[in-house]
Amino acid sequence: MDRTEVYTRLASVFQDVFDREVALTDETTAADVPGWDSLNHITLIGTVEDEFDVKFPMKDVVGMKNVGELVDKIIELSK
Amino acid sequence: MEDFLRLLQWPLDGKALARKRIALRRALLERSGLLEKRIAVLGGSTTHDLVAFLELFLLGNGIRPIFYESEYNQWWEDAVFGNPTLDAFRPDVIFIHTSVRNIREWPALGAEPSDAGVEETVAKWRAAWEKIAEKFHCPVIQNNFEYLPYRLLGNLDGTDLRGRVSFVRRLNVAFADWARTHDGLYINDICWQAADFGLARWHDEAYWCLYKYAMSREALPTVAFNVANIVKALFGKNKKALALDLDNTLWGGVVGDDGSENLELGTETAVGQSYTEFQQYLKDLSRTGVLLNVISKNEPENAKAGLAHPQMVLKEGDFISVKANWEPKSENLKQMAQELSLLPESFVFVDDNPAEREIVRQQVPGAAVPEIGQVENYISALDHGGWFEPVKLSGDDLKRNAMYRENAQRVQLQNSFTDYGAYLDSLEMKATIRPLESVYMARIAQLTNKSNQFNLTTRRYTQEEIEQAAADSAFITRYGKLEDRFGDNGVVAISIGEVKGDVLELVLWLMSCRVLKRDMEFAMMDEMVAAAQTRGVRLIRGFYYPTAKNGMVREFYKTQGFTKVSEDAQGNAVWELDVSGGYEPKNHHIKIDR
Repeated sequence: MDRTEVYTRLASVFQDVFDREVALTDETTAADVPGWDSLNHITLIGTVEDEFDVKFPMKDVVGMKNVGELVDKIIELSK
Repeated sequence: MEDFLRLLQWPLDGKALARKRIALRRALLERSGLLEKRIAVLGGSTTHDLVAFLELFLLGNGIRPIFYESEYNQWWEDAVFGNPTLDAFRPDVIFIHTSVRNIREWPALGAEPSDAGVEETVAKWRAAWEKIAEKFHCPVIQNNFEYLPYRLLGNLDGTDLRGRVSFVRRLNVAFADWARTHDGLYINDICWQAADFGLARWHDEAYWCLYKYAMSREALPTVAFNVANIVKALFGKNKKALALDLDNTLWGGVVGDDGSENLELGTETAVGQSYTEFQQYLKDLSRTGVLLNVISKNEPENAKAGLAHPQMVLKEGDFISVKANWEPKSENLKQMAQELSLLPESFVFVDDNPAEREIVRQQVPGAAVPEIGQVENYISALDHGGWFEPVKLSGDDLKRNAMYRENAQRVQLQNSFTDYGAYLDSLEMKATIRPLESVYMARIAQLTNKSNQFNLTTRRYTQEEIEQAAADSAFITRYGKLEDRFGDNGVVAISIGEVKGDVLELVLWLMSCRVLKRDMEFAMMDEMVAAAQTRGVRLIRGFYYPTAKNGMVREFYKTQGFTKVSEDAQGNAVWELDVSGGYEPKNHHIKIDR
């Protein structure tokens, strides 16, 4: 899976979770997306896991800093 | 929209629900006639996602919830010490979402095995329930405990009193004992739900440590679905009747083609056994008060031959209504509902044929039409649906099928009379009409929540509120219980009036449709007026608030001799009857026991 495909599917996840279109880049963080609070973060991570059929190890969930790192992790786990 | 609604039915697709929930919520909120309820969720873990799912399932049941959520793990503090926000919230229901993660003190391995720890733990919860009962007078839904995902003592964990499996089991028994002996506490059995779901998938250590989720994200819809089923049952949104197909639903094969002697039924074949077990399940279900009916595309004599099959567990007498013809099933269902004085949406329609299911879905909105799969899945599909979720089994529930059968006999008798009054006299009716009594409180509360059609104000009461009204001298209350030569109809009518000076305002007036046209409403009015007159009341004031379902009583007060004094654009009307100059009793056919 290449980054473009991951981004396309990720955009649709964000659309469903936050109910709006979100422009995503590697640098996007929670601060950039209205509604991305600590509670919705859980929903987001869960929905991403569903979409890509992956399960993030606990230490990775804690460590991810931005969307770029999330995409890296998805690609790594779906190899 | 219909596809959306199917997401709310068993089997649950947690992933799709989570993904689509915002759009689903939006669509559900557009539906009209939603009943608003205030629900306080007191959590022992994170409740954010859980509440979101709960909202969807409640909306699917026609209930629009307004939520209060306790701060993280503040369930006990909120319940016992209260807080201003919760106090002002005035909940209609409180849901205590605790789990095995909230057990603080486990039996010590070094100690003598004993039961003491169970009592200590239960005492903590009991303090919360008692405080809530005292303060909020509302029903409480309480999770019991699921097992931990590990067993320190292996299989001995369930036997040794120091084992945690054993501890959880005994706590659950203690919770159930309390719920059985105290009104207003309802157990949400997450122990069973976790077993059904799979304990290994239920627990998610990562989500617990990261987000303080008591159970996995995947399991949350199951919990929310079950809680919603209890809530909807408390507020009278249960289904009441089944409409069952025959061919390949109650038996294997098509009776018109194969002949009744060749149907698959009974224990000789695996498939036959499956149908027999499904019938046994239905028979047991009917004993809880669910009404069984048949809608089948068949020649009547073929249907009859099938129903007379010696291996049938269900006999013709187990069904209230059997419709075997070639009319569309949706039309049969509507007609059947009318004949039984039920609403079409009170039915669950069970048919193996997807085309029949689809037409009923489209033509009878509100009726439940589960996907039932193959015969070996019928029981599971119907059972998990939670359509009939009882919150309490009253004597009336257990007798309901008999009552409906007796009604069918009354109709036969009625046909033999030309004079309706003579028919009523022949029924030899006896009514007990008295102030609300404690033995009937559960049934009375149930009636206020289930009656939709013959209900003037559609005011819903919890059992606690009913008890308060009964104890308050500002109110005149009466229940009516009706017996006749065919049997006991049980408690069928409730009236509550509030005395305001020399005026009696009828805040609640309802009757079960199973005793329509028996003059019971006149007997009730006679008693209310008589009671009011002894209190110096000179004027009786009645209210009619229209809903989608109570059109049949729009002119009720007119038939009682009242005069309409006002009516607004929505049809809300106020009626009055002056009783200062006397009152002529209107019941002539029912003997009254006061």
